[in-house]
Amino acid sequence: MGERFEIRLAGSGGQGLILAGLILAEAAVLYDGKNACQTQSYGPEARGGASKAEVVIDTDEIDYPKVIAADALLTMSQEACDKYYHDLKRDGLFIVDSVHVRRVPTSRAHRVPITQIAEDTTGRRITANIVGLGILAGLSGIVSREALERAVAARAPRGTQEINLQALAAGFEAAEKLQAER
Amino acid sequence: MTVTLMQGNAACVEGALRAGCRFFGGYPITPSSEIAELLSRRLPVVGGRFIQMEDEIASLAAVIGASVGGLKAMTATSGPGFSLMQENLGYAAAAEIPCVIVDVQRGGPSTGLPTAPSQGDVMQARWGTHGDHPIIALCPTSVAETYTLTIEAFNLSEDYRTPVILLMDEVIGHMREAFDPDRYGDIEVVDRMTTDVPPEWYFPYDETRAVPPLVSFGEGFRYHITGLLHDQAGFPTYRQDEIEPWWQRVFAKINDNLDRIFMYDEDGIEDARTIVIAYGSTARSAVHAVQLARRRRYKVGLITLKTIWPFHEALIEELAAGAHRVIVPEMNLGQLALEIERVLGRAKVRRVNRVDGELIAPRQILEAIEVA
Repeated sequence: MGERFEIRLAGSGGQGLILAGLILAEAAVLYDGKNACQTQSYGPEARGGASKAEVVIDTDEIDYPKVIAADALLTMSQEACDKYYHDLKRDGLFIVDSVHVRRVPTSRAHRVPITQIAEDTTGRRITANIVGLGILAGLSGIVSREALERAVAARAPRGTQEINLQALAAGFEAAEKLQAER
Repeated sequence: MTVTLMQGNAACVEGALRAGCRFFGGYPITPSSEIAELLSRRLPVVGGRFIQMEDEIASLAAVIGASVGGLKAMTATSGPGFSLMQENLGYAAAAEIPCVIVDVQRGGPSTGLPTAPSQGDVMQARWGTHGDHPIIALCPTSVAETYTLTIEAFNLSEDYRTPVILLMDEVIGHMREAFDPDRYGDIEVVDRMTTDVPPEWYFPYDETRAVPPLVSFGEGFRYHITGLLHDQAGFPTYRQDEIEPWWQRVFAKINDNLDRIFMYDEDGIEDARTIVIAYGSTARSAVHAVQLARRRRYKVGLITLKTIWPFHEALIEELAAGAHRVIVPEMNLGQLALEIERVLGRAKVRRVNRVDGELIAPRQILEAIEVA
């Protein structure tokens, strides 16, 4: 247990949060040379229903593969926010998509209109997961920007690399703004 | 560097292909579906066959047929499908047909909790099919171990002419971890034993051999295969002088090789006051809990079982002899615990159970260690 860092990405099925978790884990393992373990849970629905990805990143070997107390939490639905807020560490990073989450339990949360940023940047709300990844990585520094860019480019469906990299850049930009404000 | 981030189910596929699996007959079911999906693409490329059957009964029937035809064959399913496979699992055990059945466990009974983890099929793996029969069941704890134990499952099935169950769970099946196949360059692959005897002298159930070689159908060797108890040539028999040697042989081939078949890891059990015995994904929780407990100065050891069936009674008895307490965490209401209690006595064993579709948390095991 060297520098175990636990991330939970939660929202609704179809928002691409499990793919976001996979990309984050690939950035850590393939390009930053760390260990990562990614798990997921989702309902039987193709879209809708609760969906969650968890990523544990460590410089050492990872034993328990799930989140014990999250160091970072990204929630993109009200249900996910209500359900997982209590598992966040007291000083943990808390990001909510204010487009989908109206009631936020703490002023400490970073409220960001993630889905709106995605739509404004790429014209496609479906890239909100990548915007969210950019914000999370920008604020936490848990993976390098270069690693994440390479992981996004490698995983984006053919022909969508450009817009996904734009979405990622928009996320990092939003993170910089938040840091400047604080 | 060829490190990839690989899912447990994908590692099972890589292991199967490495072991020489060339046939898959199955019916997709979550959380095992990725195994069927990936093999449907990979098997044709290496000259293998993939068939999606009408159900799980037919799936295992096709696998048995393919194996008798000479191919290393497998299927993959979850609890509901594993229930349907029990009849043919018994047939494979009785007829001594090598094959690998992967059960990626989800919450049960019945259709239960799709895509949520469980270890509820432990006793089904042992006793799901009727009648006394030998069986082997292996439980991986990681993506890398899913790869190695899949290969081992094929090896054991060929070595002992028996169905082998790879008993995964949803956490292991869906989890992604770093995996480097180059680390396993010299891993052993066991191929099927053939025979030198002429066809007319060949007995598929030769009672003088612990594990008689299985010659493929279609090679000119005439013999019979049946689920009925059979003589050396495979024909049904009621003769006690033929039945008795068969029973002795099929159990001896497993029981005489327990030291090879029963795989486990041990950590710090020599002077441990408390020992945790875990398997599958729950072992990952146990590793974390044991580390936390040691920092709090508890003398605690860990035994991680890779093989759960056959159960090596004498070894577990020996390993746990010095401990005052043995803790058995499982995502069921106490299944392997029954076996451990039988061997070590109920007074010594404490169960830690969880059946709500979530992996056991390290804290649950730590609490049990603290009150042990």
